Amino acid sequence: MKISYSWLNEYLDLKVAPQDLAEKIERSSVEVDEVVQPSAGLKKIVVGKIMSMAPHPDSDHLNVCQVDIGEDELSQIVCGAPNVETGKKVIVALPGSRIANNVKIKRSKMRGVVSNGMICALDEIGFEKDVVPKEWSEGIYFLPEDAEIGAPVYSYIGMDDYLIDVDVTPNRGDMLSVYGVANDLGAIYNQTPNLNHPSVEEIDTATSDKVQLDVDDQVAPIYKMRIVENVKIQASPLWLQIKLWNAGVRPINNVVDVTNYILIKYGQPLHAFDYNKFDGNVVTARYAKAGETLTTLDEEERELDPHDIVIADSQKPIALAGVMGGLNSEIDDQTTTVAIESAVFTPTLIRKTAQRHNLHTSAAQHFERGVNRGGVEEALDAAAQMMHELANGEVLSGIETGASYDVKDEVIDITLTRINHVLGTTLTADQVTQIFKQLGFGVSLSDETFKVTVPPRRWDIHIPADLLEEVARIYGYDEIPATLPSGPTTLGKLTEKQVLIRSSRQLLEALGLNQAISYSLTTADKAGHFMMRDSHETELSWPMTADHTTLRMNLISGLLDDIAYNNARHVKDVALYEQGRVFYKDSADQVRPSEVEHIAGAVSGQLVVDPLRNAKANAVDFYQLKGIVEQYLTNLAIKGDVEFVATDRYPEMHPGRTADILIHGHNVGFIGQIHPLTAESYKINETYVFELNLDALLEMPKEMNQYQAISKYPAVTRDVALLVDKTVTNAEILAQINKRGGAYLKSVHLFDVYAGKNVPNGKQSLAYTLTYQNPQDTLTDDEVNQAFEKVQATLVKELGAEIR
Amino acid sequence: MTLKDQLEKIRQERRESIKEVGDLKGLDALRVELLGKKGPITQALRGMKDLPAEERPQFGQFANHVRDELQSAIEAKRDELKQAVLNKRLQEEKIDVTLPGKPVAQGQPHVIQQIVDQIEDLFIGMGYQVLSGPEVEEDKYNFEMMNLPKDHPARDMQDTFYITKEILMRTQTSPMQARTLEKHDFSQGPLKMISPGVVYRRDTDDPTHSHQFHQVEGIVIDKHITMADLKGTLQLVAHELFGDRFDIRLRPSYFPFTEPSVEADITCFNCGGKGCAVCKYTGWIEVLGAGMVHPNVLKIAGVDPEVYGGFAFGLGPDRFAMLKYGVDDIRNFYLNDVRFLTQFSKKG
Repeated sequence: MKISYSWLNEYLDLKVAPQDLAEKIERSSVEVDEVVQPSAGLKKIVVGKIMSMAPHPDSDHLNVCQVDIGEDELSQIVCGAPNVETGKKVIVALPGSRIANNVKIKRSKMRGVVSNGMICALDEIGFEKDVVPKEWSEGIYFLPEDAEIGAPVYSYIGMDDYLIDVDVTPNRGDMLSVYGVANDLGAIYNQTPNLNHPSVEEIDTATSDKVQLDVDDQVAPIYKMRIVENVKIQASPLWLQIKLWNAGVRPINNVVDVTNYILIKYGQPLHAFDYNKFDGNVVTARYAKAGETLTTLDEEERELDPHDIVIADSQKPIALAGVMGGLNSEIDDQTTTVAIESAVFTPTLIRKTAQRHNLHTSAAQHFERGVNRGGVEEALDAAAQMMHELANGEVLSGIETGASYDVKDEVIDITLTRINHVLGTTLTADQVTQIFKQLGFGVSLSDETFKVTVPPRRWDIHIPADLLEEVARIYGYDEIPATLPSGPTTLGKLTEKQVLIRSSRQLLEALGLNQAISYSLTTADKAGHFMMRDSHETELSWPMTADHTTLRMNLISGLLDDIAYNNARHVKDVALYEQGRVFYKDSADQVRPSEVEHIAGAVSGQLVVDPLRNAKANAVDFYQLKGIVEQYLTNLAIKGDVEFVATDRYPEMHPGRTADILIHGHNVGFIGQIHPLTAESYKINETYVFELNLDALLEMPKEMNQYQAISKYPAVTRDVALLVDKTVTNAEILAQINKRGGAYLKSVHLFDVYAGKNVPNGKQSLAYTLTYQNPQDTLTDDEVNQAFEKVQATLVKELGAEIR
Repeated sequence: MTLKDQLEKIRQERRESIKEVGDLKGLDALRVELLGKKGPITQALRGMKDLPAEERPQFGQFANHVRDELQSAIEAKRDELKQAVLNKRLQEEKIDVTLPGKPVAQGQPHVIQQIVDQIEDLFIGMGYQVLSGPEVEEDKYNFEMMNLPKDHPARDMQDTFYITKEILMRTQTSPMQARTLEKHDFSQGPLKMISPGVVYRRDTDDPTHSHQFHQVEGIVIDKHITMADLKGTLQLVAHELFGDRFDIRLRPSYFPFTEPSVEADITCFNCGGKGCAVCKYTGWIEVLGAGMVHPNVLKIAGVDPEVYGGFAFGLGPDRFAMLKYGVDDIRNFYLNDVRFLTQFSKKG
């Protein structure tokens, strides 16, 4: 909301510049978006008087005007406005001036006639089109008769004011009015704002003779009305128009403008009805009835919902209560009798009605945030009195009340100890008393307990904590010391699980993978790719885009999206990992999915980018990624054997290059190459991936690091080369060697795999180094040879191997 | 020619020939030829028996002297030749040290992870636990227990991805306040907790909005925790993450789950507080929300607000990373362009 600096100054003696005032508001009350002076950026725009005019010889709509701009000679300006008129004072942009949108005006010729500048409409000097009064919207603006010729125009139309745009938090609805801001500034600067309750000049006729109210107090806890007769509808005086347009409201006529003015000033939304358009003389505030319709002031015909709240006469709805008036009771030029409504509507009902009709009007926003329940009558009186003064209206005597209750001050007790205890300050009772007094709250002190009486204009304050905030902000947050919590020592440390997750990240980084963070919400398709287990999907009920509708049940699809993004930008070498959650549901009606920590990696192109090597030959393959996974699992030190078992159960994976990863027989994940068709659909190059259930890994028992003496006795090695069928796997051979290796077999390493020339079709050659060691003694050749022969014999017998 | 003269001649000649040997092989041959059993010195010593007895000791001494001298000349020559061979080899082995080093595999933590880790470490050092909560949350914890009943207008501030009426993607890490408050046993000491995690908002992704981002919630509840403690803690965060020249200031704000509520601003990164376009000429940039935990939040969680109280804050690692490194588009964090990810590898 834009608050006028000069308007505030009518109630306070502000000795600070607008920018400093804004800073103070921001530090003590609510955020300030900006401070603007409407004339900022404008230059050489002055008052001119049209002394004479003649039609342009070569145009049917232009006029050549002789304009007095306060200089010795008249200035000739060509003007195309339809309403240009001799004798009027107008806005003149001189040659060399700057008007709205940084446009420069030069001396020019218009169809051969010299024009020394331009006569301006309001929107041409920066007015928003929707605040320009209708009568000025199609032509130039006429300044008041007493405007000084040649003087800058800004002060005549309020453009020299400063507007402070406050961004009000939901709790500070009271700051959505000049009155509220003035009160808060009064507290901050220790001044009492000069805000007087208006007195109303009434005639003898009683309001109650004209109207009866029938109000559902669930809809409107407070509902009051006044009647003003014999009003003369006309344009409002300029001072009022300026206040409105500087607040971003278009002036319409004196009656409507008064209601808007009161809203800006007091924060109390009012509505003015044309009384003569009522059917009957009973006005009701109630829920809408099914089937009812109402055409609102924006000329939309609306079908009403039975949860909507309306104002109605005896026949029909005449307003969407607290949101927008009805066209059928609108104030128009013929209006003579005005019914002014001042009410409080139930905020949640307003909020829902406004939402249903997508009508977030200023009135609705005020009601949603609450209004000063103690100020309903004050606003009504002020409005009636203004209509008397500005529209010659006669105010009927008395206020008609349909619903009301005794709005009481809030009385809250708080102790000095409590204040200092929570704020960490050492304030004295006098200081605190002074702060409450500045706020305009009643305060009495007994012992060290303050009894604080908060007026209804601060309806956000109910509990002691609210008072703490008031004390803190008025005292000043800068004045509060900076300390650290004291008290009993607590142990801060990562849990075992958190340590393992961190270690996992560091291990994969050390192995060359970059951490990625992808979106958890993806398409339904991708969410269900690479599924390690069965699961129902978790979908948003109202997604924002088709790309993010469903919670992922795998991490790989996100990493593939990342690779696609890189590949599309000619980044071919991508090595990523991600640690995050997947979301599983055992059944469609499971309420909340279980969240399981996973860790996954994806490598495309070269893991280690070496420009000196052939990129294709150096590209990642299954075994390079397997090496990473193996190293990671080794470092995690899970007790139990790790097995890689070929699988074709993942439709998105290459059926011949994918393995389930088993630890101690438990499936914990998989590794392999992305299926060429999957790669094509993700638009990625050849890519290898793995995904592991990190929660499962974390829960498995771990090996502790333990020192083992390094054997003094030498190790002996024997190499064996085998010719076996291609179907025989490394794992099978290792299993046989380990089974028959004997007590001293310490380790087995594959050192060669070969198929091709000199190896028969369907066969492959594998060569292993077996290392033997006796920790207690030196091994003899005989001992080793015996063990080695036994292994060889087993391989021949069990696997049909030919020892080469 | 006397035997001595003969020896003297050998000495003269051979000293020269040793000098002229060009390689180790030649030197070895010369050594065998000269000092071996058939060599001239041995021969000369054999002829000593023909000398008169009184001359023999003197001649023997001389002969030994000549042999030693030639021997050391050969050794010296050997060292010289060895050195030459080594020098030649070293010369040949010379490489271009400006050729590139061999690349090694090295991944980086995500820049947001770096910020989160830094925050975690700071708070662990101050005795906080680190807890993580569910990303798919109940309306109850995300809103109701945070003092945001169903019709609360502040719910409009956060557009929410709902899954069902009661289940949603958490819009904040604050539900972890409620979850831990509900469980914490205050007889075991104060509650000091941070909770980092991913949160979701129903936003259209653009340079400053992301439907997914990170938060680190923090809460401290004990019998005597003050607003001053909050200010000091946030100041420490600013110093730790950004450097000592960064300061914090507090402004009043509003969150339903804290009262008083504050917004914390940090010294502008761009201008260092002098005022510039980035900070709208205020010298400050808004970075986080915090406050003293609302008594209703404590009450709903079964904690007596008359006895216990404290502060809570919500840090935004995405925003911190954007400010700290000048990242101008939040989407960069979630696209995982390798050229972006690898920029944040400096550890110094």
